[in-house]
Amino acid sequence: MSNDTETLTRFAPDSGTEVALPVHTDLLRLATAGSVDDGKSTLVGRLLHDTKSVLADQLDAVHRASADRGLSTPDLSLLVDGLRAEREQGITIDVAYRYFATGRRTFVLADTPGHVQYTRNTVTGASTAQLAVLLVDARKGVVEQTRRHAAVLALLGVPRLVLAVNKIDMVDFDESVHTAIAQDFAQHARALGYSDEDVVTIPVSALHGDNVVERSERTPWYEGPALLEHLETVPVAPDPHDVPFRLPVQYVIRPRTADHPDYRGYAGQVAAGVVNEGDEVVVLPSGARSRVSMVDTPDGRAQSAAAGRSITVLLEDDLDIARGDVLVSAEEQPRVTDEFDATVCWLAEKPLAPNTKVQIKHGARTVQAMATELATRFDEQELSSVDAPEKLELNEIGKIRFRTSESLPIDDYADSRRTGSFIVLDPSDGSTLAAGLIGVPLAPLASAVTR
Amino acid sequence: MTTEAIMDQNLDLPEDPATSEAPPQVDNLDALESEAIHIFREVAGEFDRPVILFSGGKDSTVLLHLALKAFRPAPVPFPLLHVDTGHNFEEVLRFRDELVSRHELRLVVARVQDWIDDGRLSERPDGTRNPLQTQPLLEAIEQNRFDAVFGGGRRDEERARAKERVFSLRDAFGQWDPRRQRPELWNLYNGKHRAGEHMRVFPLSNWTELDVWRYIQREKIELSNLYYAHRREVFHRDGMWLTSGPWGGPREGEEVHEKTVRYRTIGDGSCTGAVESEAYTVDDVIAEVAASHLTERGATRADDRMSEAAMEDRKREGYF
Repeated sequence: MSNDTETLTRFAPDSGTEVALPVHTDLLRLATAGSVDDGKSTLVGRLLHDTKSVLADQLDAVHRASADRGLSTPDLSLLVDGLRAEREQGITIDVAYRYFATGRRTFVLADTPGHVQYTRNTVTGASTAQLAVLLVDARKGVVEQTRRHAAVLALLGVPRLVLAVNKIDMVDFDESVHTAIAQDFAQHARALGYSDEDVVTIPVSALHGDNVVERSERTPWYEGPALLEHLETVPVAPDPHDVPFRLPVQYVIRPRTADHPDYRGYAGQVAAGVVNEGDEVVVLPSGARSRVSMVDTPDGRAQSAAAGRSITVLLEDDLDIARGDVLVSAEEQPRVTDEFDATVCWLAEKPLAPNTKVQIKHGARTVQAMATELATRFDEQELSSVDAPEKLELNEIGKIRFRTSESLPIDDYADSRRTGSFIVLDPSDGSTLAAGLIGVPLAPLASAVTR
Repeated sequence: MTTEAIMDQNLDLPEDPATSEAPPQVDNLDALESEAIHIFREVAGEFDRPVILFSGGKDSTVLLHLALKAFRPAPVPFPLLHVDTGHNFEEVLRFRDELVSRHELRLVVARVQDWIDDGRLSERPDGTRNPLQTQPLLEAIEQNRFDAVFGGGRRDEERARAKERVFSLRDAFGQWDPRRQRPELWNLYNGKHRAGEHMRVFPLSNWTELDVWRYIQREKIELSNLYYAHRREVFHRDGMWLTSGPWGGPREGEEVHEKTVRYRTIGDGSCTGAVESEAYTVDDVIAEVAASHLTERGATRADDRMSEAAMEDRKREGYF
């Protein structure tokens, strides 16, 4: 934790100002990923069940439903498969959010479906995750979908991975099977830029509970922690803090009441860095400069506020600032440009062709945009690429050049998850077409060999 | 105390000491508060006519508290909407009206009773009016041209809710299609909608029941006194303690007892049950919730027990 604070205060002045603590310290946001039938819902159900996050009425419902299906033991996946179609087909369709807590930490878990047609949900779950649990079936080992998911997780900047080798009971708790899978995966993870410390491999049986909450006696050769113990103790990796203060202005607060005739505040959630009263800031894209006269928080005036906090900033000068503008540190500013390259995960049925008109939402600003060039399509499994593809289809990832109707203040995604990301919208029906990451945040893709 | 009362009381005692641990001493409330405020401000920035669905219950009271904080020192820039089933608790309606006048808000009320009186809806055989709220709600949204409707729904409440987005698009018929939900990435919410469509917005999506209570404690939020232990005449039906009222009951054979109870959720009086409780203060409630064996809906909502997909079915039709 001292480490997080250090990173967050890097850009604060040394004047001894009291600096706000990060707000996400005791919360771990995690995502799960894996292929169909790897037992993901069962593992999540097991985690919830064994941390006593499942209450008696929910468990009763699972027992009843399992009995109705002719099962002799309760099917814990029924705890998480919430939609009728999911239970009928025995699959998970949509990303589901789960909440559980232990004495050490609170967890927000995005449970994402494994079927290849739902890869877009892995992207969704990974976008906010600090750790991902990737499942493989011990009988099958690392498969195409495992490599694809790991690449998506790396691309979206999920800093830590757990490979859960599930159904270890089905291979008679054989150490050599586990070791071979761990080595195979470690090689792939290294190629994606993960260091060995960022990846932990755990043999589990979600069905029987081995190494999920308690270490199992049936895997005496495994010396690491059980899954839950690891989740409780792994240091929470903060989002990259390679950029200083950024605040996308969501709303201008002007009460114009008798008590507050002149209050004019710029409301938003701090996207990166720290802001202090008295700091010099720049308004983008206009470039106007001013100083912070007050940091107003939901609890009143404060000396400073850090990334994650929703605040209202008041400035010394009366400037023309509206929703969509960004307040940034005067010291290190983002690029302001109307043309940039980005890595795009295409999430819509309708494919992307060159010169398609779209809209881009970046921070609190939505602008008209054109995908002017489809530069590259990545094969995230082979870590190779194809130049100048004709189109980008559902679940494909590529490098696209965009031109926008107005200039945007942007950072590289690798430096800042919040100010380096955007969503692509369909101007005709408003649907979300793609997830956009500025630059190519994954080194092996950036240097991928063209096939 | 009668033997029966003692037995009832025993049933409420935790059976397994392991589940009675103190709640975790971590504080993620600042993160949840900031996330909810961010959501309120996004809606204020992107929609023309938002409204907060407000019943006077604890989740909607917390929602209003967050809205006040999101825009302070300016007033909340949207009105409130209450769908009154006609089976509401008097105390809750009084509490609702007090809050509205204290914060100088505008309240729109859609009344299920009006629909029953003019024959557009008919009373169900089981007497519950919760499912009848959907049509008056959708009509109020259409007539007032509301384009964003804030609700207090949380993903931890129920399995179908666990799959809902923070910004949840409803078609021109107010319906939710779980298979066609928009992916929701980072904190970039997509507020685009076509004429006739509207957005349901859930700022408390990532909160748990315990988070809500810890926040009520931290912020000293005043709630309707029904949430705290009080003496009340109740009768037993479907494993719950119901109170008598205009919704009927007790039926023949349903014996009335005076008990110390509180409500974990407050909805339509005909299907919202009280739980036996000695939790007189917010601290007591937190201890009770942390040790509870039952979800708040499972303990106190008859309508969610009807089928495995009861909530999903109602949501698809346009219910919250």
